Amino acid sequence: MESSVLVIAIFVLGIIAFVVGRSRSVAISQNVGGIRFLNSLPFYYGALTALWCAIPSFLVFAVWSLFDDAIIRSAIIATLPAEAAESVGGNLNLLFNQIYNVSVDAAGSESAPDYMVAAAQHLHSMQSISRWALTGLVLACALGTSIVVWSRINPQLKARYQVERVFRSFLFLCSSLAILTTIGIVVSVLFESIRFFAMVSPIDFLFGLEWSPQMAIRADQEGSSGSFGAIPLFTGTLLIALIALIIAVPCGLMTAIFLSEYASSRIRDIIKPMLEVLAGIPTVVYGFFAALTVAPFIRDMGLSIGLDQWLPISSESALAAGLVMGVMIIPFVSSLSDDVINAVPQSLRDGALGLGSTRSEVIKQVVIPAALPGIVGGVLLAASRAIGETMIVVMAAGLAANLTLNPLDSVTTVTVQIVTLLVGDQEFDSPKTLAAFALGLMLFLVTLSLNYFALHIVKKYREQYD
Amino acid sequence: MTSPNNSKPLSQQAALVQKSLAKRYASERRFKAYGLASVLFGLCALLVLFVEIFGGGLSGFKTTQVALTLELDSDVLEVYDATNPDEILAGNYTGVIRNALKERFPDATGRKEKRALYSMISVGATYDLRDQLAADPDLLDTSIDVWILADDDIDTYYKSLSSVPYAERMSDKQQQWVQDLIDKQEIRTIFNTRFFTSGDSSEPEMAGIRGAIMGSLLTMMVTLLLSFPVGVAAAIYLEEYAPKNRLTDFVEVNINNLAAVPSIIFGLLGLAIFINLFEMPRSIPLVGGIVLTLMTLPTIIISSRAAVKAVPPSIREAALGIGASKMQMILHHVLPLAMPGMLTGAIIGMAQALGETAPLLMIGMVAFIMDVPGAITDPATVMPVQIFLWSDSPERAFVEKTSAAIMVLLMFLMFMNAMAVLLRKRLERRW
Amino acid sequence: MQDTVIESKAPTAKTVQVERTKKTTKTESNAMNAKRSPTEIAESITETVGKPLAQNAKLAMRNVNVHYDQKQAVFDVNLDIAENQVVALIGPSGCGKSTFLRCLNRMNDTIDICRVEGSIQLDGMDIYDSKLDVVPLRARVGMVFQKPNPFPKSIYDNVAYGPRIHGLVNRRADLDDVVESSLRKAGLWEEVKDRLESPGTGLSGGQQQRLCIARTIAVSPEVILMDEPCSALDPIATAKIEELIAELSQNFTIAIVTHSMQQAARVSNRTAYFHLGRLVEVNETEKVFTNPDHELTEAYITGRFG
Repeated sequence: MESSVLVIAIFVLGIIAFVVGRSRSVAISQNVGGIRFLNSLPFYYGALTALWCAIPSFLVFAVWSLFDDAIIRSAIIATLPAEAAESVGGNLNLLFNQIYNVSVDAAGSESAPDYMVAAAQHLHSMQSISRWALTGLVLACALGTSIVVWSRINPQLKARYQVERVFRSFLFLCSSLAILTTIGIVVSVLFESIRFFAMVSPIDFLFGLEWSPQMAIRADQEGSSGSFGAIPLFTGTLLIALIALIIAVPCGLMTAIFLSEYASSRIRDIIKPMLEVLAGIPTVVYGFFAALTVAPFIRDMGLSIGLDQWLPISSESALAAGLVMGVMIIPFVSSLSDDVINAVPQSLRDGALGLGSTRSEVIKQVVIPAALPGIVGGVLLAASRAIGETMIVVMAAGLAANLTLNPLDSVTTVTVQIVTLLVGDQEFDSPKTLAAFALGLMLFLVTLSLNYFALHIVKKYREQYD
Repeated sequence: MTSPNNSKPLSQQAALVQKSLAKRYASERRFKAYGLASVLFGLCALLVLFVEIFGGGLSGFKTTQVALTLELDSDVLEVYDATNPDEILAGNYTGVIRNALKERFPDATGRKEKRALYSMISVGATYDLRDQLAADPDLLDTSIDVWILADDDIDTYYKSLSSVPYAERMSDKQQQWVQDLIDKQEIRTIFNTRFFTSGDSSEPEMAGIRGAIMGSLLTMMVTLLLSFPVGVAAAIYLEEYAPKNRLTDFVEVNINNLAAVPSIIFGLLGLAIFINLFEMPRSIPLVGGIVLTLMTLPTIIISSRAAVKAVPPSIREAALGIGASKMQMILHHVLPLAMPGMLTGAIIGMAQALGETAPLLMIGMVAFIMDVPGAITDPATVMPVQIFLWSDSPERAFVEKTSAAIMVLLMFLMFMNAMAVLLRKRLERRW
Repeated sequence: MQDTVIESKAPTAKTVQVERTKKTTKTESNAMNAKRSPTEIAESITETVGKPLAQNAKLAMRNVNVHYDQKQAVFDVNLDIAENQVVALIGPSGCGKSTFLRCLNRMNDTIDICRVEGSIQLDGMDIYDSKLDVVPLRARVGMVFQKPNPFPKSIYDNVAYGPRIHGLVNRRADLDDVVESSLRKAGLWEEVKDRLESPGTGLSGGQQQRLCIARTIAVSPEVILMDEPCSALDPIATAKIEELIAELSQNFTIAIVTHSMQQAARVSNRTAYFHLGRLVEVNETEKVFTNPDHELTEAYITGRFG
């Protein structure tokens, strides 16, 4: 049976088990005087039967599916003659893939050596045995467990309690997925990074001034490890993030202040949703806008006032990417600032107003200083957003790893390089591909610590006024 | 304050205050102006963005056609039995169209000019012709007047004629021919249905977003089916069951941090775990959906927790006090009451996932795929990635397609956000 | 001597009352208690005066201590609640009476930091047994809360909820009967019989509280716990609820926490007086309100504090 059919079969059996279990509990209840004399409602007896039917059999299915490929594979490889391994230079994976191709495509097997055809047939039969064995095992498991539970149904059985324990465990599993995700990220990024650092020294990576991974894949390239200096990427990332923050922080903060302290509620109700639209636009749209409209505009402006005499001006500029990214982050900063400004107690404002301060004086001298930790937290979160933003820079910042602070020149960023290195075919044993994971590790560490500190600061700030 | 003329002279302090007032009010006005300027800056950016995209994208919904008289000669077509699907499939429609073009523009002489002439019609026209013949076999050996699909260069040039003509890829001769077509009213633009019915193509005039839309739908389906139940379950666990201990704190810190981790990191996770370790195929909505699930899960958990928290404790006590078990309390009371809030959070999370590009690039959803995917295991691309791909294409005609695709994507997003707002308004409960 | 102490604590108009009740100073107030504040007196209490125990105890509490984290809220309480009796728990705010009441059907389980020691037995069964399932317990010991908390469902569904989850009825017609009789017992039937499908949250405060009582009695519990059921209601609604409690006491055992001494006097058979987490005195209601055994009780019912 196909896996999907089997899963559906388990599901259907579960439903049947529910119905059977439920009706048995109802039948039993007639003997003892009605449902109220059962320990639990009939629903729970049905649910218990269904859970016992589906969960063990599904686990069997999952474990089997996870390992059967590997087991069949090693069994096939073990039966092969020694010359077979030599023919592919010891690359058993390649060999197995050839066998697999022969087994699915009988027409292609004519040119294959005999041992391969034999192995392919062997593979085919083992696969079908595995499939049938799995089907039998899963169905037996489903039927067996449900019959055991079914036979145990009696008025004293604490069905509800047991069902609730399963429910609770399921909820716990779901919430622990967050931890699993974090572990998954750390493990996947760290593992490949360690492989990368075995090829390229971390010192060269962190402090090298030249980034040209494309050349490093050529075997005859001299000093190929020297091409993985990530400093130009770091400066490029910081330059763009800085431009974005210079736009977004004052604008977002002032927007929040204007909307919460000056604007009438009617204007606020109109403008706030409009700014939220800005936050909801996908980054790829911003990227398109930056590349198509803003970047040429900035280049033309630069050329028209003759800046190119002093600075190199590129059609893909850090300024364009940073500017558009700044616009994108404005709503983010403004809503975070809005939260922290509103958390400042009214009594503080009243105190200042009572002394005869003007509104702006209250804001500048009382509200902002009081809200400063929260605002700093918000800025750090915004910085983390800017550093990790990908599409805008991919589309508007360019690929040239220039070590420059000139905002009109083209720079590249960590995220751009991750995308460039990983889009298309990858070889997981070349430093070029692995470098992306090392960059990912850097990105993860930096954004994680920024987030951690920012959330910590914001939390402390909230507690202060709770 | 009254003017100093008709009242007692002010005290020294009051006079000082009075003196500084003008300056202070000026500063007040300046401050307010900064605020207003910031708001206006944001709104202007929004306006420019929309004008730019809608201005450029509207023409992407139209396509240019040329009127030709085609002789469906069975010898030229090499189709003798129009009811035979094999023959229909192998027919030489290009020849028919070329003959018609030669007929229409006899002044095209020489190889170069002829090639220029032929290039004015899209290859898509041959498919249209084939479908037309297959649908009506009686057309064989007749002469028909049809509007056929023009090439993207013609399309771009013709559409740009009303403003700044874009003729970089047009020869003088081609421009003359177009002018001739215009004079005889044998060229027109109509609504581009192909844009919504076909998949990606390397020919801009034939490219459509159906594949991307289907890919997005399938991916979103996977994301929704995984992230909503899991997110709600996690939120309920954390709010209703979780003991106050370090493990729970750790889970909370993790969720909050994950919500702010750059999306591309989730792409790396997907690549390393699902593609490399589990050897799942690349470019499929299933993997894309799983990656986006991991990405949106923190958002959904956080908003679902807020919704659960908003259910007043008195309802819980009422249920427990009557002898409901905790699970009954949650399923009968807390969950239904928190559902609108949870759904709002889920829609917002889905909108975020729908616009997400970077992690999908990592798991290979950038492949050039012409077929419209039909299952979650078919290779597919999604709307934002399609936009990225088109915006990267050198053909000028893809610019308006990109804008048009962005418009479609924004429509979807606005629809989703409007739904979230409506849901919040309609089902909001006041305690 | 003692009077001077109380005067110093409350040197206001109440002093007059103190003078008036001077003669009724009880045996407990011997020289030991001299010069001590009510707080000190309360803290020195080790044994409840009066008759905390009863013959046919439905609920029997022995040495009950309740802690919130480090803070102890209830100290060493011994009390019996006899079958078909109404016991009123009175005392100043924060004296632990609500906490104590919530122990009786383990509603305190919902508070993580709350820890209960001692034994509480319902018909001889320890309700804090670790193996005991709280769900059937709460079906036997129902609770009505301070604030009316109807479910945001129809009136019918509110009342029918308990019987449904406990599987008490099999047929819709039986359920209708249960709903009607519960609403009748709660004195709400006449007011709502025509709009059973309208939401319970649309009723007035008093009606909501009676709906909550109907919801509780629909499960036919043996004991009903009421946590200041009238505190959010106006006098007319309160009167109706009190009437209802009197009727219910014929069939149910009731423990009611109340802030209103008049209410306690009106509805209860026995009254228990709590002070700072200690059960000071338990006696027949009439005795408590006319001739209490303990000086603190007397001070409270005469309005000197609390």
